[in-house]
Amino acid sequence: MPTYTEHDFFEDVAEEGYKYGFVTDVAYEKAPKGLSEDTVRYISAQKSEPDWLLENRLKAYHQFMKMLEEGGLPSWAHLRMPEIDFQDAYYFAAPGKKAKYDSIDDVPQEILDDFARLGIPLGEQAALAGVAVDAVMDSVSIATTFKEELEKHGVIFCSFSDAVENHPDLVQKYMGSVVPYTDNLFAALNSAVFSDGSFCYIPPGVRCPMELSTYFRINEANTGQFERTLLICDEGGYVSYMEGCTAPMRDENQLHAAIVEIIAHKDAEVKYSTVQNWYPGNAEGVGGIFNFVTKRGLCEGARSKITWTQLETGSAITWKYPSCILKGDYSVGEFYSVAFTKDYQQADTGTKMIHLGKNTRSTIISKGISAGHSDNSYRGLVRVNKKATGARNFSQCDSLLIGDQCGAHTFPYIEIHNSTAKVEHEATTSKIGEDQMFYCRQRGISEQDALNLIVNGYAKEILAQLPMEFAVEAQKLLSVQLEGSVG
Amino acid sequence: MLTIRNLHASVEDHEILKGLSLEVKPGEVHAIMGPNGSGKSTLACVLAGKEDYEITEGTITFKGEDLTEMAPEERAREGLFLAFQYPVELPGVSTMQFLKTAVNSIRAHRGQGDMNVAEFLKLMREKADFVNLDHKLMQRSVNEGFSGGEKKRAEIFQMAMLDPQLAILDETDSGLDIDALRVVAAGVNKMRNSERSFVIITHYQRLLNFVVPDFVHILLDGRIVKSGGPELAFELEDKGYDWIKEENGEAIVA
Repeated sequence: MPTYTEHDFFEDVAEEGYKYGFVTDVAYEKAPKGLSEDTVRYISAQKSEPDWLLENRLKAYHQFMKMLEEGGLPSWAHLRMPEIDFQDAYYFAAPGKKAKYDSIDDVPQEILDDFARLGIPLGEQAALAGVAVDAVMDSVSIATTFKEELEKHGVIFCSFSDAVENHPDLVQKYMGSVVPYTDNLFAALNSAVFSDGSFCYIPPGVRCPMELSTYFRINEANTGQFERTLLICDEGGYVSYMEGCTAPMRDENQLHAAIVEIIAHKDAEVKYSTVQNWYPGNAEGVGGIFNFVTKRGLCEGARSKITWTQLETGSAITWKYPSCILKGDYSVGEFYSVAFTKDYQQADTGTKMIHLGKNTRSTIISKGISAGHSDNSYRGLVRVNKKATGARNFSQCDSLLIGDQCGAHTFPYIEIHNSTAKVEHEATTSKIGEDQMFYCRQRGISEQDALNLIVNGYAKEILAQLPMEFAVEAQKLLSVQLEGSVG
Repeated sequence: MLTIRNLHASVEDHEILKGLSLEVKPGEVHAIMGPNGSGKSTLACVLAGKEDYEITEGTITFKGEDLTEMAPEERAREGLFLAFQYPVELPGVSTMQFLKTAVNSIRAHRGQGDMNVAEFLKLMREKADFVNLDHKLMQRSVNEGFSGGEKKRAEIFQMAMLDPQLAILDETDSGLDIDALRVVAAGVNKMRNSERSFVIITHYQRLLNFVVPDFVHILLDGRIVKSGGPELAFELEDKGYDWIKEENGEAIVA
């Protein structure tokens, strides 16, 4: 019987507001404000990048400007999107004077303290926890633990910049192969100004000996964060990758436009887990992060498998659809999601499962929870192409409403071009039952705890998919977010 | 323990309790019997503090305090337990976590710290055996997929876990077969002592064969119209409710 959920589970829930709202005071080196070719060149120069990468960036920059001019922000999402002034933001901020640290000893103490406050297990703690962390604060990867242990197995896990320097062939081969810079406006923006991110390569037949973990955090005011993750799992490899995000409180909205690309070769399996609690703005809907992320995995080889698991509780606006392209025969795509919104938060999230290969399978389980005045939409596409004989999909989209001011919406898109496909879709919407609340309260449980129990119970199926250290964190996070949602 | 005086309560402006009075002393077991629609379950809900019920007149005192001023969870923490007629399912909420939260909320109210996990597990096993509850049910979500009988037994199990001072059983016997009824009754009997009081709400007399009450009250149209000892229950079983209705000048509806 797992006892981890029994310990302290409801003890540290008593926190109000945004728990991670603090600012680390370190000197910053910023790119000039605004977006131009010069900004792009500046970023590339700061990082001493090879020419091919600068050229890629510039192409992406021109694509972005073109898309912005022609269409502007995408309007199909169920979101009230404010105008974003792309010239009124900083596109690069590196903490400290130097853009890169040679070892963990060079990292300023304030930053390490900051990570400690976030509970990131660096160094010794990491060793105990068995987690390798690539921590990204604003734009530059601060420290990578466990590099050596991973190197023994041939696993490459480093910052994106390091990968550009040390593994240029791999980066050049795979970067943009799943999410091209032409994909969408924010993908173009990221490809132009991305600052850093994580890179991971699992060699053939290697089961990565530990959970890999990256923490993203936005610190400097008015800085967009544009990280990139590139994860390649070679034939027969396995990796479980966790991504956690926090951001301190800021009044202005901050833009976050990331790209995650996953490539799974034959018989490879990748689990990608995200816990996102960027600053959602205050109770009146002022401030908060705009989270516009493009995440996509390619099941390239036969019998490969990609699983996306996400707990989305933060950001003022979330716009993301972690997707799987099921190219290899018998490949499998899975998407498990809990999206929680409260106050004036908006989320339009879901997935795309593109069945190309034969006998490909996909599973989508999405649980939306809306409270306050928030709006929570599931948007998902299941497409079965002509040649995808024997494709199967199961989708289940549930919505839970807390109070009567919030909204929940489901937008399923199903495109079937092969008559052998089997596609199932189930959707439910329910309100937290007065009877359930009363039953809990009759047992002496406070309204807040009752809400926590019921919501965590509702989300349990998804949270159970997360790696254990994340699962506990996720439950607590959900509880903290639920504070003040009663009544 | 519990004093109810001239209680009037309504749901959506419809008056259901019309001047009910009842006195329950420590250690006493009171049975409240009555036909459908007489207000039995309303009484249970009002005592537990369900929000849809409005008290328009009268007082309820529990251990010397005004019960009507307390939130449902405060009542529970003060030792009032309701075994629900229709226990609610909580999908995904493990019975263990649910009860741990409940037990620790009550302990905190008494100024005690959380019960440690080992102690808690021991208590769970002990109390489950008390009502022959399959230990596997404790691993499952609260009441989810339980049979009718399992739900009722689980209520008694929860009661044993929470160790209340006043337990209200709302038609716990309905829908139980004779074996389950015996188990439930045995559980209640084991918990009877000079400190703890019970209010057993029931339509039928059969539970009272196993749990012998100190007092039997007959509830009719929102009022207690007759009180007596255990023999009153037998009389009722013999003659049915029509006899009481006639005595109270009500028209008999066939």
